[in-house]
Amino acid sequence: MTDANPLVSLRHARKSFGQTEVLKDISLTVQPGEVLAIIGPSGGGKSTLLRCCTLLETLDGGSLAFADCPVCTDDGSGSVYGSKADLVRARRHFGLVFQNFNLFPHYTVLRNLIDAPITVQKMPREQAEAKAVALLDKMGLAGRESMVPCELSGGQQQRVAIARALMLDPDVLFFDEPTSALDPELTKGVLKVIRDLAEESMTMVIVTHEMRFARDVADHVIFMDGGVIVEEGPAAAVIDDPQHDRTRAFLRGDDA
Amino acid sequence: MDGSSLIDSIGLFLGMSGDKMQLSTMLDLLGSGLLLTGQIFIVTLIGALPLGVLIALGRMSRFKPLAWLMRVYISFMRGTPLMLQLMALMFGPYYLFGMQMGTDWKYWACDIGFILNYAAYFAEIYRSGIQSIPRGQYEAAEVLGYSRGQTFMRIVLPQVIKRILPAMGNEVITLVKDTSLAFVLGVMEMFSQAKAIAASQVSMLPYIIAALIYWGFTIVVEFLLNRVEKKLDYYHD
Repeated sequence: MTDANPLVSLRHARKSFGQTEVLKDISLTVQPGEVLAIIGPSGGGKSTLLRCCTLLETLDGGSLAFADCPVCTDDGSGSVYGSKADLVRARRHFGLVFQNFNLFPHYTVLRNLIDAPITVQKMPREQAEAKAVALLDKMGLAGRESMVPCELSGGQQQRVAIARALMLDPDVLFFDEPTSALDPELTKGVLKVIRDLAEESMTMVIVTHEMRFARDVADHVIFMDGGVIVEEGPAAAVIDDPQHDRTRAFLRGDDA
Repeated sequence: MDGSSLIDSIGLFLGMSGDKMQLSTMLDLLGSGLLLTGQIFIVTLIGALPLGVLIALGRMSRFKPLAWLMRVYISFMRGTPLMLQLMALMFGPYYLFGMQMGTDWKYWACDIGFILNYAAYFAEIYRSGIQSIPRGQYEAAEVLGYSRGQTFMRIVLPQVIKRILPAMGNEVITLVKDTSLAFVLGVMEMFSQAKAIAASQVSMLPYIIAALIYWGFTIVVEFLLNRVEKKLDYYHD
């Protein structure tokens, strides 16, 4: 893989909350078909990084682009974001799966999937429904179309949330600790779905605490702590043979 | 024996006879008052329910002057008697601007006064509901590309309605009885009718009947609110 045409390119990202510097000069790229796992201790800046990439937070400094669609640029004086229309266009490139699913509780499973495509993208209803039914089937949720989220288990809800994100055909799918709110039994089903997506060459960026999963599924792993990328490289290399003390300590579970 | 003569026999039994008003006449008068009471009630809800949303949004606006203005508005509307507000609307145009309002003005003053006052109370209930919706709902909608307006109308407001229904029910039931304040404007709703009959007949009976009708009205409202609550019971979060 080359850096020629990355789907996501983040350069020199900086972000502070008040006096606290949460991201200190973070750069990363994601190539088409690549699965990137971001690991590290809580408070290390992983979630903030993901929220900046998905435009839920704005960067203080640095640049971000999806393929050839710029989100913000930095000429050295801080991040300058594009127009509202630019950001709307940029949002079409990615989907996001939340730790707490954030399904719409008042909508049925089907409506959760088709409402955005119909109202936002103006997709014809029949087409949206057919696509939703197929995706639910793939997620192992066939026949649950008319249920509401509260009637589903956490694992099922998360799979609905993944299907909802896939409805819009994102180029890259971000996951913010997708299994942290689930017990081990339910985690399996969600991880299997993500694994299947990886096999279909879905481009994904996953913040996770599941080390074995990260090693098996990710191509590339970034270990973050203290707002910086401490170590990165091929998944097996970083997780099985970390070079930095900090990474070793974390993977041993010294600071769990 | 038709209906009204049956009612009159009850009236006789209750000690109303001779030149005194017949019970059927009294019920007719109270009934016409109830019609006006119901009208004030409905018009107030139609006006104040949407207006309250706008005031709540203004109150939460990041544009500080607007937020402040709405804050003052809510404080004033909740901090002064509704009866006084109604009178200010009724007589203000004349005393402040020398405007001669027609005889129908009292109905307008009544409806406008109730809407402006109740919208302030509704606004605070909406605000409590809107602020209780988790931030994740907004974020999910944002990532999916919903505009801010779509997010509010499709995602937030439906959930808010379910959450605020009990608090709204309280206000709506209070409104049933507050309509009686229209008597200060000479709007002959049910309470004004009862008061007039009571004065002319030297009797408590019209008040008692009016009280029972108000109670019946609120029971109907409670029933309807219950139906809506049941209907929204299909999900929880």
